[in-house]
Amino acid sequence: MRHVISILLENEAGALSRVAGLFSARGYNITSLTVAPTEDPSLSRMTLVTSGSEAVVDQIRKQLNKLVDVVKLVDLTDSQWIEREMLLIKVSAEGEERDEIKRLSDIFRGRIIDVTEEAYTIELTGDGSKLDAFIAVIHSRRILEVVRSGVIGIARGSVTCAPDAP
Amino acid sequence: MSLELTGAEIFVRCLRDEGVEYLFGYPGGAVLHIYDALYKQEDIKHILVRHEQGATHAADGYARSTGKPGVVLVTSGPGATNAVTGIATAYMDSIPLVVFTGQVMTNLIGDDAFQEVDAIGITRPCVKHNFMVKDVRDLALIMRKAFHVATTGRPGPVVVDIPKDITAHKTTYTFPKNPTLRSYKPVTEGDSGTIRKAAELVLLAKRPMVYAGGGVVLGNAAAELTELVRWMGAPCTNTLMGLGAFPGTDPLFVGMLGMHGTYEANMAMHECDVLLAIGARFDDRVTGDLDKFCPNARIIHIDIDPASIQKNVAVEIAIIGDARLVMREMMGVLNASGKRLDGPALAAWWSKIETWRARHCLEYDRANTEVIKPQFVLETLYRLTAGEAFITSDVGQHQMWAAQFYKFNKPRRWINSGGLGTMGFGLPAAIGVQLAHPGETVACVTGEASIQMCIQELSTCKQYDLPIKIINLNNRYMGMVRQWQEFFYQSRYSHSYLEALPDFVKLAESYGHAGLRIDKPSDVEAALKEAFAQRDRLVFLDFITDQTENVYPMIAAGKGHHEMHLATDRELA
Repeated sequence: MRHVISILLENEAGALSRVAGLFSARGYNITSLTVAPTEDPSLSRMTLVTSGSEAVVDQIRKQLNKLVDVVKLVDLTDSQWIEREMLLIKVSAEGEERDEIKRLSDIFRGRIIDVTEEAYTIELTGDGSKLDAFIAVIHSRRILEVVRSGVIGIARGSVTCAPDAP
Repeated sequence: MSLELTGAEIFVRCLRDEGVEYLFGYPGGAVLHIYDALYKQEDIKHILVRHEQGATHAADGYARSTGKPGVVLVTSGPGATNAVTGIATAYMDSIPLVVFTGQVMTNLIGDDAFQEVDAIGITRPCVKHNFMVKDVRDLALIMRKAFHVATTGRPGPVVVDIPKDITAHKTTYTFPKNPTLRSYKPVTEGDSGTIRKAAELVLLAKRPMVYAGGGVVLGNAAAELTELVRWMGAPCTNTLMGLGAFPGTDPLFVGMLGMHGTYEANMAMHECDVLLAIGARFDDRVTGDLDKFCPNARIIHIDIDPASIQKNVAVEIAIIGDARLVMREMMGVLNASGKRLDGPALAAWWSKIETWRARHCLEYDRANTEVIKPQFVLETLYRLTAGEAFITSDVGQHQMWAAQFYKFNKPRRWINSGGLGTMGFGLPAAIGVQLAHPGETVACVTGEASIQMCIQELSTCKQYDLPIKIINLNNRYMGMVRQWQEFFYQSRYSHSYLEALPDFVKLAESYGHAGLRIDKPSDVEAALKEAFAQRDRLVFLDFITDQTENVYPMIAAGKGHHEMHLATDRELA
């Protein structure tokens, strides 16, 4: 099963490779991984998407928690959560196709952020399936480049993955 | 304004304030400032090894035999890479080490400078944690954190990488009081409700079994284990790492379990109805085929590491906590219950176990007067040292025979590389053990293949007058490799035969030690006595043993505990 895990990590050199190294050393799946600083400069936020049996994901959570640089970990999949991913896609857009692509982008609430005579670059945000759907409707022959950010997520309601009060 | 000290001086002060007795190391360019600071003090005794692998194993032997952290100092580049095997060895067996690696100057890092290696990157998968010091003002706190992380929770090695310029920079020094890491808070107390549930399950057992591992030794919980097992009246087995956690001569002890464990231990595992696992991690060499593992048992697992629980085997009751505290609390609950285990059921269980014991699974050809049986050497060693010696071991057949035939009544006396299986461990480990226990008998059980992997440490033994006794079981083969090739590769002995062995007696003598070669069974006892009588010098005993002896019993890969082989022509169960 797919799990989205939110991790607060010491913002130290090497912390990211501890996480990545754990996954390769133990043979766990990693679907996507995003990491960026937080409002507290000493912490980074990582959102990690993985998959495996419940026993494997249980081990993944425990092994991650064992890393000294991991300050807090929440498996968002344990409750209600929201996730988003950003897609930047460059598609060839010439002749009568330009209008059609613009319409498709509007339907998906995408934004065209760069235009040339031959191509559009579209920005689109949503969950993974929405991005997949958009890529599917833009025929592959039109696609010049696809850049996806990887998933970020947050729990619904008052659940947080914030540091414990000291 | 207090006096400013250099990083090198702070390093030494910090070790002193941490209570470090011995520093195992080898100098080199990146750590010369530190070595200069060491030269100017007398608090820390530096032990100069002959190879950095030896330094880590010696510190490891010191740690295993004392419970205190082992401390290592090596230079950058090859100093760090040579230390890696020892660090990985300690990591697999959860041994507290703090290893300081020198590093090139901060401004050269990343430039492929002379003797530069990414020590943090290389050691990352085999340390509990590692740190690089980037500012001399952080040095003392990082060192304090390193000792804290290495010695608490599930112990393990911690590496601290120190660039050379940091050791020259100056700052004021205060010993940090409480190193707190917001992200590191190991659990110690077990959950009381779960402990009560576990106690209730223990009381329901008709065929109880206690399976205790290295965690009991590391957690200084041998006394608590012994009390609990005796209260239960249950059979107790120890893992390779746990030997000595429960007295080896106690009638409740059924021997080691697993691949080369006893028939009675493995059969009791297979047929028990309640299994109490303490400080053990269900390693593949212990469990055999997981699908056939303890098919009738409800399992309780006590471990300080949450990640060890439900990793290989699904358990019904999991208690995360310090083995000593958890067992004390469980003992309290059991005593307060006013109940005991079902006496008649227990008696029936024991009579079954006695029938397994009666198979004498460790029997070997004792009558042989022609050739020395390795088991005979170890039995004699056990008898002559009254089970009181510290025994270090290398890896292979001799290791298994030592584990089977030497009965350890006390913890921290059996020092071997269980998890990583590092050949070359035994001799340097014995250095650390002998330094920590100057008046005690320390014997290194080894083979002619293993001993050559760190033979250079004979020189260290001479320098520090360490009267270690080396029991070399010399069968001119990599015995365990040969055994597997005999069983599973139709006796094609591919590169497991050592055709150009040194004369070990002369070799020992050239290092300044005594050497004895023994090739007759009738000389074994006299040679051991002669060696142990020489209390002030190292004696290298080269026993020429049976070339074809195999370790039995054995569970082959993919088999269950009930499918042991006693000998090639005799199958158990």
